[in-house]
Amino acid sequence: MNDVLHQGALSIRQAGKIYDPAGAAVVALEDCSAEIRAGEFVAIVGPSGCGKSTLLNAIAGFDRLTSGEILLDGVTLASPGTEPRPGPQRVVVFQHGALFPWMTVLENVIYGPTRQRVLGADAARAKALDMLRRCGGLDTAGQRYPGQLSSGMQRRVEIVRALMNEPKVLLLDEPFRAMDTVSKSAMHRHLLDIHALYPKTVLFITHDLEEALFLADTVYVMTTRPGRMKTMLRVNLARPRTLDMLVSHEYLELKRQVVAGVHEEAQKAFERGERELA
Amino acid sequence: MADATAGQTVTACNAPGGFSRLARLTGVNWRGALAVVAFVLGWELLVRFKALGFAAVPGPLESLTAFWATYASKASYWESWFASFRRVVAGFVLAQLLGIPLGLFLGTRERLRELMFPVLELMRPIPPIAWVPLSILFWPTHELSIIFITFIGAFFIIVINVHDGVRTIKQEHLWLARSLGAGEAMIFRRIVLPSVLPAISVGMTLGIAVTWNVVIAAEMIAGDNGLGRLTWEGYVSHTSTVVIIGMVSIGFAGYLSSALVSWLLHKLTPWRA
Amino acid sequence: MTPLQTRKLWRMGAGYLIAFTLWYLSVKWLPLAAFARLPDPVTVLKEWFAPEPAYGISIFTGAYYKHIIASTLRAFAAFILAVALGVPAGILMGWSSTFHDYAAALIGLLRPIPPLAWVPLAILLLPAAEVAVVYVTFLVAFFATTLNTLVGVKAIDPDYLRAARCLGANRRDLLRDIIVPGALPQIFTGLQIAMGAAWFSLAAGEMIAAQYGLGFLIMDAYNLIQYPTIVIAMVTLGILGFLSSAGIRLLGDRLMRWRSGAMGLHR
Repeated sequence: MNDVLHQGALSIRQAGKIYDPAGAAVVALEDCSAEIRAGEFVAIVGPSGCGKSTLLNAIAGFDRLTSGEILLDGVTLASPGTEPRPGPQRVVVFQHGALFPWMTVLENVIYGPTRQRVLGADAARAKALDMLRRCGGLDTAGQRYPGQLSSGMQRRVEIVRALMNEPKVLLLDEPFRAMDTVSKSAMHRHLLDIHALYPKTVLFITHDLEEALFLADTVYVMTTRPGRMKTMLRVNLARPRTLDMLVSHEYLELKRQVVAGVHEEAQKAFERGERELA
Repeated sequence: MADATAGQTVTACNAPGGFSRLARLTGVNWRGALAVVAFVLGWELLVRFKALGFAAVPGPLESLTAFWATYASKASYWESWFASFRRVVAGFVLAQLLGIPLGLFLGTRERLRELMFPVLELMRPIPPIAWVPLSILFWPTHELSIIFITFIGAFFIIVINVHDGVRTIKQEHLWLARSLGAGEAMIFRRIVLPSVLPAISVGMTLGIAVTWNVVIAAEMIAGDNGLGRLTWEGYVSHTSTVVIIGMVSIGFAGYLSSALVSWLLHKLTPWRA
Repeated sequence: MTPLQTRKLWRMGAGYLIAFTLWYLSVKWLPLAAFARLPDPVTVLKEWFAPEPAYGISIFTGAYYKHIIASTLRAFAAFILAVALGVPAGILMGWSSTFHDYAAALIGLLRPIPPLAWVPLAILLLPAAEVAVVYVTFLVAFFATTLNTLVGVKAIDPDYLRAARCLGANRRDLLRDIIVPGALPQIFTGLQIAMGAAWFSLAAGEMIAAQYGLGFLIMDAYNLIQYPTIVIAMVTLGILGFLSSAGIRLLGDRLMRWRSGAMGLHR
């Protein structure tokens, strides 16, 4: 168990990515660095188009970096010379959800271990039901199709599907973006519980500063194009996190420290969007 | 969030080399060009070696020579083009003129819809070509009967598409318009019509392709002239070069009219890419 | 049954009744020669259900079923062949851009030629008119299946593929677990279109070049001035076409049960 806990240290070293759509080089990521400890819950905050997803794509192995490198437990994950290769060490939970709608909840959840052949079908099913049950009694929905679940349940099932692979890093790409305030708050509770149960390294990408401060141990604020780490903030709120912390002095003080910076970046991104549309 | 990789094809696993690089540099599908050349070459070879049924068929070279030597300058060949095009245009335009209003009526008038729609649904699966004999019986001339069958081919498609298009108009848009004080005429012009334009466009695109299908078949069965007749007569008189020339001409004609329709639709609905 | 359904049913019946009456009256009473030449619905129905039909074709005659079976066999042979080749071709085109480049050019070259324009060449090329008719029917169904399958593969959300790769799927797993089920709804749309197109071409092909089958029956009845039989054959073609699309829709619903009962919350 201890061994597992000490896996999942992520170091991002001067990562850079230049997209080259027909020669008009777009610098999505430049000199972006961060050291993430194993088991740490990290949130990356930034406006739309700031390169958060680019960074996530590089870590997940969907896309190549053009400079710098990213290491997971000392092993190179991404660099200009590394062929991008996604794998179960770092599993993504997608912004719009990517449960396979043609598979039942259970089939979705056992997909990883059975495809990787680390578990037989029966063992995988037993493990899946156990995890689904622990993560808020989802096991009763095992035989249903994702389309028959609420969006909150879908997102939790997707997180369980990711955790089934014993990943070193869990990558969450604005998973609660499309949700209303009430569901979002409920999902925060669920996510914190799940993280307490399965303390993996979590990289949580969001544009919502309050969400980031409430959930994470460390919050990075990213600049907009080129994407760079602008500010790093340690969130020293105790765990388990409770709703009353949202009005605590420490929380508000942290928020005060970065809110101006985040707003400035959002404004820059907005103006750039206006310019690009014009 | 701008997702720079979403535009990639599903796989994109091919190493960027050879044809791919050439294609990117020149903007031409060189593989496709190669495939077409191989197709023509294969055809020529099969004819040369009289493989399978190809003994009875002319090769591409022979067909092309025959085309240049005799048909390109022959008035009757171009008259075939004209005859077929006239039928297609007549049947297609008539189908739109009658079908679009009917589709709109069926989509907006509930009572009319419940009365007429089942009857249309009953008639729709009957292949348009099956109307040929009745059409010949009914219409005084073969020309009119071919136009009628062509009309049938495009008519059901446009009616159903427009009807479905009307039915998918968002109720919110209608409520909004009413609450802003728009009258029925205004709602029809500013909401219903623009909303069904995409459906009309789909109906027309499908319709024009079917129209050519129908015209060719009808001409083969009952025509005195036209590209379909030309091809059929080539077969009957054992001049197989004419069969090939006819087919290729029909392909060109169909392609041209589809391109024309999509150009027109693009002009009509500029907000669609 | 709810009042709304009852009303709909009544109106449907009324619609049919009006249509039939109009047909009957225009043939029988309108002083127009054009209409008088057509068979009226009562004569057609009487003939269709007559134990001893005047022109030899009714639901009590073996010949009627011989034509039905001939057409159905041809349509299904062509359709099954089209599906067996078209679905893999479409998936391969969506799967490999190399294959797509080669195949798209050939399809672009051949597709504008209407299937019926192939009939004479097909008769010349192929050993029998029978094979030629099936070939022409196959051709349209094949294009419809291939292109719709391709559209289905291309429309799969790339996140599904990424998610599967994260979870350790190899290329074969992606094909079996994501591409095929993900494209299935569009494939079935394609199959329905293909079936409709197949009947369309089959009827035309039979009218031009066959010795039996419903299309042939229509042409034969016309030549022999057995006009009610024309309508019987037309309607039968319509019924068969309708039944085959309904069958495909039913099969699709069974295979894609995950789409039914959705709460509409999943995108």
